[in-house]
Amino acid sequence: MNMTQEGKLLFESAEWDFDTLRRIQEACEAIALPEFGLSVYPNQLEVVTTEQMLDAYASTGLPLFYKHWSFGKHFLYHDRLYRTGRKGLAYEMVINSSPCISYLMEENTATMQTLVIGHAAYGHNHFFKNNYLFKEWTDAEGILDYLEYAKGFIAQCEDLYGEREVERLLDAAHALMSHGVFRYKGKRRLDLRKEEKRAILRAQEAERNYNDLWEHTVPAAAAKSTTELQEQQRRSLLGLPEENILYFLEKKSPKLKVWQREILRIVRHVAQYFYPQSQTKIMNEGCATYVHYGIMERLHQRGQISDGNFQEFLISHTNVITQLPFNHEYFSGWNPYALGFAMMQDIERIVSGKDPLTGLPCTDEERQEHREWFPDIAEKGDVMGILRDAWANYRDESFISQFLSPRLMRNFRMFYLEDDPERTTGILVRKIHNEYGYRDIRHQFSTLHNVGHAIPSIEIVDVDLMGDRRLELQHKVVNGTYLYKNDLDRVLKHLADLWGYQVRLTEVDEGNGSRQHTSDPNNPPVF
Amino acid sequence: MTTIVDRRLNPGDKSLPNRQRFLRRGKELIQKAVRDAVSKKNIPEILDGGAISIPKDGIDEPHIFRGPSGIRRGILPGNKEYVEGDILPRPEGGGGGDGGGSGSGAGKGESEDPFRFVLTREEFLKYFFEDLELPDLVTKELAEMHQEGFHRAGYTLTGSPGNLALNRTMRNAMARRLALHRPKSEAIKSLEIEMELTDDEERVAEIMYEIERLRSKQRRVPYLDPIDVRYRRLEEEFRPITRAVVFFLLDVSGSMSEHLKDLAKRFFMLYYVFLTTRYPHVEVVFIRHTDRAKEVDEETFFRDPESGGTEVSTALALMGEIIKERYPISEYNIYVAEASDGDNPERDGEKAILLLAELLPLVQYFAYLEVAEDERDFSHVSYLWKDYEDFCKSGVSAHAKKLAMRKVHEQTQIFPVFADLFKKKAQVTS
Repeated sequence: MNMTQEGKLLFESAEWDFDTLRRIQEACEAIALPEFGLSVYPNQLEVVTTEQMLDAYASTGLPLFYKHWSFGKHFLYHDRLYRTGRKGLAYEMVINSSPCISYLMEENTATMQTLVIGHAAYGHNHFFKNNYLFKEWTDAEGILDYLEYAKGFIAQCEDLYGEREVERLLDAAHALMSHGVFRYKGKRRLDLRKEEKRAILRAQEAERNYNDLWEHTVPAAAAKSTTELQEQQRRSLLGLPEENILYFLEKKSPKLKVWQREILRIVRHVAQYFYPQSQTKIMNEGCATYVHYGIMERLHQRGQISDGNFQEFLISHTNVITQLPFNHEYFSGWNPYALGFAMMQDIERIVSGKDPLTGLPCTDEERQEHREWFPDIAEKGDVMGILRDAWANYRDESFISQFLSPRLMRNFRMFYLEDDPERTTGILVRKIHNEYGYRDIRHQFSTLHNVGHAIPSIEIVDVDLMGDRRLELQHKVVNGTYLYKNDLDRVLKHLADLWGYQVRLTEVDEGNGSRQHTSDPNNPPVF
Repeated sequence: MTTIVDRRLNPGDKSLPNRQRFLRRGKELIQKAVRDAVSKKNIPEILDGGAISIPKDGIDEPHIFRGPSGIRRGILPGNKEYVEGDILPRPEGGGGGDGGGSGSGAGKGESEDPFRFVLTREEFLKYFFEDLELPDLVTKELAEMHQEGFHRAGYTLTGSPGNLALNRTMRNAMARRLALHRPKSEAIKSLEIEMELTDDEERVAEIMYEIERLRSKQRRVPYLDPIDVRYRRLEEEFRPITRAVVFFLLDVSGSMSEHLKDLAKRFFMLYYVFLTTRYPHVEVVFIRHTDRAKEVDEETFFRDPESGGTEVSTALALMGEIIKERYPISEYNIYVAEASDGDNPERDGEKAILLLAELLPLVQYFAYLEVAEDERDFSHVSYLWKDYEDFCKSGVSAHAKKLAMRKVHEQTQIFPVFADLFKKKAQVTS
């Protein structure tokens, strides 16, 4: 610990070596744990080259992943953007695992490495370990072993059944990946280590009596019983309705072989592993950015980072948290770093009653607004305690609905737009950032971050096992927005291949009738 | 509890298998893109590989998302002018009203751009030739032009005195002397001295006997024996010539339209690229001719319009001169591709054939491509074609088989004709 004394610079130039990294990490930890009260998985910092960083991009950040052409495509895409200078690489990448792996790019300066360590190894790491969604849906301890197993299993399948076969199956599974997660109420928490053992046992068992298990029992038994059962009972027997399409196929598809079911399961697990991330972008980045900012500020105060290096940090930090206005040439939606960081700082201001930047007390007007909107936390004093609680117990949707303040809506100059082709000739400005608009804007913003908003809700509702075995799906149309037909048809084609018989998706719009899409499996069947 | 790992030393190219899978996946699109790219490029540029574009929807991955219909709502930042109730114009192409956190709007916009990426030279050529089904067209005759020379290759027992390997010979001798314990002259010398200084008769007799024994052994084990002698062995060397030059002869007389020149260009390009896969260094000489021949650069070769009569012999003559001046056949493999509409005046034919007979022994391969606007033009045999054909049939030259002739009237024939040319060659040699 004597390496990280107050008043002694951690590094002087941009150069760093492994001793420097060690010193930086120890200094960050000395602030993050005792001062901020963070609780993290053990850290593993990995120094990587740009090419390795691009590799990580291509395989969604996972350090080991099965092989598929789409990852090659993503690599080429990022590689070109990077090489032509149109896009810089992210400073950091971090994996929700235990130990928590953070990548440090070798090009980064010592200041940037400090930022990245604070951001990823303490900010994201704390969030991964404590947020309820991650706790419920992911298994940080098991993920790396599971990925290793998945990679090996899929490579083995390629040897046994051919690369093309496996590729076709993965294509189909990837197309349905967004509908391969459980979204509500944990069926049970994933234990990926057990998962791996179970898979091996199942494969062994399957080898012993493959025919028995899948060719006859499943459809035959079900078919026999349906004769006596009412429609309702038949559905509940099949576990319908079911929103997790990959899960249903894995369990109930009559034609898939054991290894194909296992691959669907792997894809489904990977999808489930990423599921919490899509729901916590603002919070996760907000938490990490707030933590790195706090750590850098404290290091500077403690004399461990020079003024010049702190200036360098501020420039990067400011770039990261820039929110472009909607009419800007390069506007590409909300920046989760900007919004998340602003919200975290806003909570600090509300809880402490002081401006986080200047340290000056808020004006009476502001305090009045705080008390009115946030009576539970206004000037309660324990900033980190309240933030830690928020990081643990909210996701973007609920976080916005709870904590987005009028002041931030004003600062971001938010406005609420509605485009209803039947009622207006253009886009209607429904609300702006004034006292008539705050609540509606906040409510609508929160709704937009609801998982159901981004991903259309589709359910498997019925299978006629007595008849043609057609799989029936239903999409509940909201606001008259139907699915994009071109892609949908292709996805249904994949689905039909996996199911082995016809599939039909009905888009139900209350009042406006419904649209139907059907797809038959490839002839001859692919699977 | 915190570990710091240096991953930089891990084996790179982790994404290579994925890249290969992607290329295989997009094969048809990539082949088409490579073909398109070739038609736009200059000849040397083809070899750099380089960026190609393929349409994104050929390689995108479908997923379920909502289309643009229905009511859309969004919360956006940066409103400085609008108040409640204002109506904004709909942005062209859509996407502007959406922005409340869902990424599907941005994703859709991207799909209109083509997907651009960089192929390596090897990948580029692989797709190029795969398309032509030419990967196995490596004919022996094409490659094995040898240059003779000598190089050292160990030692031999026989040879001319000039090649005596002195060191090796002396080393062998020394080894033999040591092994057989040849008495040293110094030993005899010291015995002789001892003999002179000794009065003891018995001892003198002993020494004399000893000296005699040593001398006789010295005679039996000579200082240098014929079996020690070695000569440097020189071996004849056959080294493939790694340089090649290709002559493109193009008829640019008035009868050659843009279409015909385009056909010729495509053919030339294939020819060139094919050669570059066989030789590390290929030079190109462009000769265009009307009734006069001129060596030009690539740009002029294909672009500059010119018109006039036709005399093929002028181009052949110029080629002969250039070979003599710059491309000694001991150093270069010489290839020729000629394109013309065959409209050569009769009087020039004889001259051309004479030149051709002179040139053929020097070259590896001479491809003549006759181009025409459409098939009907081939109903009568052109003068040049007839002259060349007669020459081949007459059997006056043993090298006549190096001359290959084909007719082409549309773009799609270029690839098959090219493949056919080289295939035929392979059959002759096998």
